[in-house]
Amino acid sequence: MKCLAFVPTKDGAATKAGLEAVSYAVSCGAEVTAMMAGPISGDSGAGAAGASKVLHVSDDLKDEAQLAQAVAAAAEAEGAVLVVAPHDHVGRAVAPRVAVRLKAGMVPGVTGLLEGATVQRNVFSGKAMAHVSVHTDRKVLTTTPNAFGVNQGEGQANVESFAPELEPAKLTVTGFDASSEDGSVPLPEAVRVVSAGRGLKGPEHWGIVEELAQALEATTACSRPVSDMGWRPHHEHVGQTGITIRPDLYIAAGISGAIQHLAGVNQSKVIVAINTDPEAPFFKAADYGIVGDAFEVLPKLTAAIQSLD
Amino acid sequence: MAMKFLVCISKAPDTTSRIAFTEGDTQFDANGVQFIVNPYDEWYALVRALELKEQHGGSVTTLTVGQADCDPVIRKALAIGADDAIRIDANPVDAMQVATLIAEQARQGAYDVILCGKETIDHNGSVVGGMLAELIDAPFISLATSLEVEGNTVKAKREASGGLEHVQAESPVVVSASKGMAEQRIPNMRGIMAARTKPLNVISAEESAQSASVAKFELPPAKGDCKIVSADEPEELVRLLREEAKIL
Ligand SMILES: Cc1cc2nc3c(=O)[nH]c(=O)nc-3n(C[C@H](O)[C@H](O)[C@H](O)COP(=O)(O)OP(=O)(O)OC[C@H]3O[C@@H](n4cnc5c(N)ncnc54)[C@H](O)[C@@H]3O)c2cc1C
Ligand SMILES: Nc1ncnc2c1ncn2[C@@H]1O[C@H](COP(=O)(O)O)[C@@H](O)[C@H]1O
Repeated sequence: MKCLAFVPTKDGAATKAGLEAVSYAVSCGAEVTAMMAGPISGDSGAGAAGASKVLHVSDDLKDEAQLAQAVAAAAEAEGAVLVVAPHDHVGRAVAPRVAVRLKAGMVPGVTGLLEGATVQRNVFSGKAMAHVSVHTDRKVLTTTPNAFGVNQGEGQANVESFAPELEPAKLTVTGFDASSEDGSVPLPEAVRVVSAGRGLKGPEHWGIVEELAQALEATTACSRPVSDMGWRPHHEHVGQTGITIRPDLYIAAGISGAIQHLAGVNQSKVIVAINTDPEAPFFKAADYGIVGDAFEVLPKLTAAIQSLD
Repeated sequence: MAMKFLVCISKAPDTTSRIAFTEGDTQFDANGVQFIVNPYDEWYALVRALELKEQHGGSVTTLTVGQADCDPVIRKALAIGADDAIRIDANPVDAMQVATLIAEQARQGAYDVILCGKETIDHNGSVVGGMLAELIDAPFISLATSLEVEGNTVKAKREASGGLEHVQAESPVVVSASKGMAEQRIPNMRGIMAARTKPLNVISAEESAQSASVAKFELPPAKGDCKIVSADEPEELVRLLREEAKIL
């Protein structure tokens, strides 16, 4: 089975979510060609992730309509029956367009390997799973970020330049507001997240949350009321109406664990809840819990982490 | 410039609904479930379209692919302030089919800005908007957190890795709405009364072949018990995270 994996690039390199898509396709038993647009050096890790070839478009395409044209053209050129892209902000805009162009059935946000024509994904905000069957020969899948690892092989992919015919761009990028000056990993890609809620009582108390996050090399998040009240920026809001995350570790302090909050975090591999109320619903969703005052527990936890070698 | 807005709204189970399945785990069990307008469609997409209409003039039409059981949530959208509504009478089981049906209406109605939500909270697909954009050959501003119009130009900020990207495109354009684009509006009594007589046009649709379908739903395995660690021993938590959970 031939696969074309779309690997988004950022700052001159393949994104981790993109390389996850490559390794995912390899695990599904596919022979993988990766497509990347924009400046990269060498194969940008695609070979190590499992791709045998890279089709490289030199222009740093920003209009997802053009990216989709390039991906569809690459899939045609390679005779790929499977197209895989990450379910991140770029892949979400590119993959549906590719599915239309290739008249392919699409399954977004997969969490399991493609077996025959069936693949697993989460639905109802992580409260259930669906096994979805694709009825077309060609298939488009997007992989949930951080659900699959990146293979660390020895391989090197052959990089070929690729210049498909593209329609003129209809969407232009005119600026960028960086959300964090500290350079921490953006939430959807974060492997560790420290989050806090209304239990922290005010924005002036976030220092202890940030210190723990720093000790863990984690990204900070918050519950919805906290961002609604302006204690924390909007992009930190996780949950049903905010961002969905899937880190290896999610630590929640002073968050009650309302169902709408859990909907955005319940796919985390390990959840730790810290709450003064032993009856807080979060303890039902957590793997580990501390019943206690976040103002005391967080600094102690930070110290315990810092004392690790 | 006055613009024609089309807002795609779907119905979704209330966020607190018990999730269960019937018919050999192939169908969502809607028994006793309260349905709402999908939050992204209502709070962000619809409200922002109304705000832009209030500023620049124009009209706001909602579009739903679904059966008669969608009518209550469509009336809710009308009560919030949409001028009229279209319902395409089909069972929305396949994103490609939904996008194709919406595309047909979008072309016929010559809408300038077509808004949808970031995703539906039941399917969590995030695919209909992108498919729709490709089908009508329009630019797609995905995951937008703000939206402005100036003449024929649509300007937005959208979620990107590590921040917000500023983008612009000429109408017609498809936009998917994420948090931040607008504040939720609660319909008032006048709106609710007016909604009863606003036009809700039902259009019939042909059955089409599905490109993908759910073979089986499954509930996640029950979470094991939460291990409680004493507040005085955070070192113990660190040890467990390291040795038992193996994530440190
Ligand atoms: C349609 C809809 C969508 C929603 N979407 C989201 C969403 O996306 N994300 C989201 O988060 N919410 C969402 N909500 C809101 C959600 O229902 C809850 O209201 C919200 O998550 C509560 O936030 P919280 O836990 O920070 O605050 P609270 O519920 O006030 O909980 C504070 C917690 O802190 C504990 N506490 C107090 N003091 C301390 C202390 N010193 N140390 C430790 N613990 C302490 C308390 O025991 C309590 O459990 C949504 C609601 C609706 C209706
Ligand atoms: N049946 C439907 N009728 C109208 N709009 C829909 C329907 N399904 C999805 N949409 C729109 O497409 C968006 C994304 O849906 P999804 O791709 O299912 O996550 C939703 O937020 C709606 O705006």
